[in-house]
Amino acid sequence: MRDRVRAIVGSMNLLPVPVDGLSDQDNLFDAGMTSFGSVQLMMAIEEEFDIEFPNSLLTRKTFATLGGLISAVDQLVGQKV
Amino acid sequence: MNAPAKPMQSPEAFLNALFDESILIKTGVDGLYGRAGVFEDVIDRFEDAVTKMAVGDQATRIHFPPGMPRKNLEKAGYLKSFPQLAGCVHSFMGDNTDHAKLVGMIERGEDWTGMQDATEVALTPAACYPLYPTVAAAGPVPEGGRLFDLKSYCFRHEPSKDPARMQLFRMREFVRIGTADEVTSFRATWLERGEKLIASLGLPCVIDLANDPFFGRTGRVLASSQRDQGLKFELLIPVASDENPTACLSFNYHQNHFGSLWGMHFADGDVAHSACVGFGLERTALALFRHHGTKVEAWPADVRRVLWG
Repeated sequence: MRDRVRAIVGSMNLLPVPVDGLSDQDNLFDAGMTSFGSVQLMMAIEEEFDIEFPNSLLTRKTFATLGGLISAVDQLVGQKV
Repeated sequence: MNAPAKPMQSPEAFLNALFDESILIKTGVDGLYGRAGVFEDVIDRFEDAVTKMAVGDQATRIHFPPGMPRKNLEKAGYLKSFPQLAGCVHSFMGDNTDHAKLVGMIERGEDWTGMQDATEVALTPAACYPLYPTVAAAGPVPEGGRLFDLKSYCFRHEPSKDPARMQLFRMREFVRIGTADEVTSFRATWLERGEKLIASLGLPCVIDLANDPFFGRTGRVLASSQRDQGLKFELLIPVASDENPTACLSFNYHQNHFGSLWGMHFADGDVAHSACVGFGLERTALALFRHHGTKVEAWPADVRRVLWG
């Protein structure tokens, strides 16, 4: 899960720095991701994992760190089973 | 009789009162109205009060038409954020055969709009949209930045019975382009000025954190981002509803979004930041009619003094 989320972020050219250089706690917006970038990431994650973020998770905070995002995806994928 | 229409029963009741008093004139389309001379006079006077407040700022005044290059609206990302509000001008581009077909469709009461194609013109959604590519094309932003005074009719496709939600309305706007400190200082100044100006007109108001009406699920993320970063504030006045006051002024910090998008740079290559304050002219006029009544001669003396001197 963690690797797949990281791979998506790395493949989308959302950041001016390599994703491998970021920890799960680093702020992606501080690293250069734009608000539109976070929206693109949201759509890519939903497609990859066949999930839909509920309204309560459609916030800047959800996409602010890789760790937070991985945790949200983990939870939503778990709910599918 | 000077009849202040309050307390407000509903936005539609206020709209009907404005029709009855011939302050707004029906056209048959919600949000598309004629304006009486007295309504236009109030807008002119309010604009004069705004101009007086900004007289020392030496802003460069530009009026663009209410249409802008469609490709610039696309590049600005407007259709990513607000596809539901955008309007593009279409026109007939066919030959004689197509023309005969078009006329026949109209005569038979059929939907003929497919006979038109998109032109290069989109309707301007906010007065500042045509400005940024113009500034970028003029070369590096000078030290100290730039300040513009804009006004335009704007279009947003949101038909409504709320008179404060028109489809075609005017926006007066000051746009500051400069460093982050310069443009945020500009916005802070106008937050104070705006509140002072509206208070001088005897109107109740509050300033609140806000977000733009971004479209759909993706828009929720954008709205959350905008609010979390404190990028937009609105000055709200009860106009057509006491429960849901209307944003009559807005104060926006764009960070370096438009600077990066359009290539607005300083001579050293740093990307310029921008901020704007927008005045909803019809909305503010409606607020004045709502709170002071439909007969401007009977408005409070101190309000008349601000507007008519």
